[in-house]
Amino acid sequence: MSIGHTLLGLLESGPRHGYDLKRAFDEKFGHDRPLHYGQVYSTMSRLLKNGLVEVDGIEAGGGPERKRYAITDAGITDVEQWLATPEKPEPYLQSTLYTKVVLALLTRRDAAEILDTQRSEHLRSMRILTDRKRKGDLADQLICDHALFHLEADLRWLELTAARLDKLREAVTR
Amino acid sequence: MTPPGSLLCAERLHKAYGPTVALDGAGFSIHPGEIVAVMGPSGSGKSTLLHCLAGIVTPDSGTITYDGRELSAMNDAQRSALRRSEFGFVFQFGQLVPELTCVENVALPLRLNGTPRKEAERAALSWLERLEVDDLAKKRPGEVSGGQGQRVAVARALVTRPRVLFADEPTGALDSLNGERVMELLTEAARATSAAVVLVTHEARVAAYSDREIVVRDGRSRDMEHAI
Repeated sequence: MSIGHTLLGLLESGPRHGYDLKRAFDEKFGHDRPLHYGQVYSTMSRLLKNGLVEVDGIEAGGGPERKRYAITDAGITDVEQWLATPEKPEPYLQSTLYTKVVLALLTRRDAAEILDTQRSEHLRSMRILTDRKRKGDLADQLICDHALFHLEADLRWLELTAARLDKLREAVTR
Repeated sequence: MTPPGSLLCAERLHKAYGPTVALDGAGFSIHPGEIVAVMGPSGSGKSTLLHCLAGIVTPDSGTITYDGRELSAMNDAQRSALRRSEFGFVFQFGQLVPELTCVENVALPLRLNGTPRKEAERAALSWLERLEVDDLAKKRPGEVSGGQGQRVAVARALVTRPRVLFADEPTGALDSLNGERVMELLTEAARATSAAVVLVTHEARVAAYSDREIVVRDGRSRDMEHAI
């Protein structure tokens, strides 16, 4: 995920301090990985340098100065372009799991066992996500669904590979 | 060896249909209140295992013990009584009786056990409420959607408060959203009544509602809890 673009998008509704931005980000997008303050400030200074945000005001308090950031027209255009650009689908060819299966076959180990163990590990993650989904709100459900569908896709590949192990053995040991 | 505290346990099951070997030494065990997914590719023996565990099919050899009793030592009538009073069933297609209304379908297992009609239908209605389909009570199965029908089937399976619920691809005919809701309601209701659930599925998303899984391949089973 592009943190810069996400923070810019959050600024579109009005100027905010770095701390407010972090809070809004964590609340909406940072379920597993809240932002560090350092990440927020380094991202904001990069956006500032590139003219995508500007300092809207500075509050001097007892502690360090608090800058309030506002998005610029260039920033709005940047967010718009980012949203309109599709993400590159990643086919994950040559995954670690594929390598493990082929290596197991080449070294005459039990490849089915590797697949069974991996299925179990995937299911363990899927159980945690299913439980979290059950207890969560709609945003939680959508985030968990995304992860669940990806894990499920891995598992479908795994089942198909398990069904083709004999053929794969023939092919790789020829 | 039967794991201590297990409610239903099978060991070294063999079953062949003519030259086709369906089970080749499969085992299984489940504790009260536990949800166990039985996974594996089509034709691996999952459904045969479920049918043997439920006493619907008799294995050629091996032992099945339910609550300390050997299934093979029972006659057909005793196994039938066991299925009616202690087991519940949900299949891929609801298999509701088309001539009966939904509430009558759910009340049916209680009626077969001798419960008076009013009492049976009162219990049936409370299960329909639990499965969020009480508004369908007076409708016939032909008038409800696949997802609704499957919820009615779950209510029917649980109305006798079975100790074991057998579910064979319970969401196989439903779309993702309906399938998910049926699984949520089924597992919630099973946990609330401490029923053990034997959940046959080839779908990982469905298996994710279980506590653990066993994998059946070529008639042999593997308990993944003890594999890692």
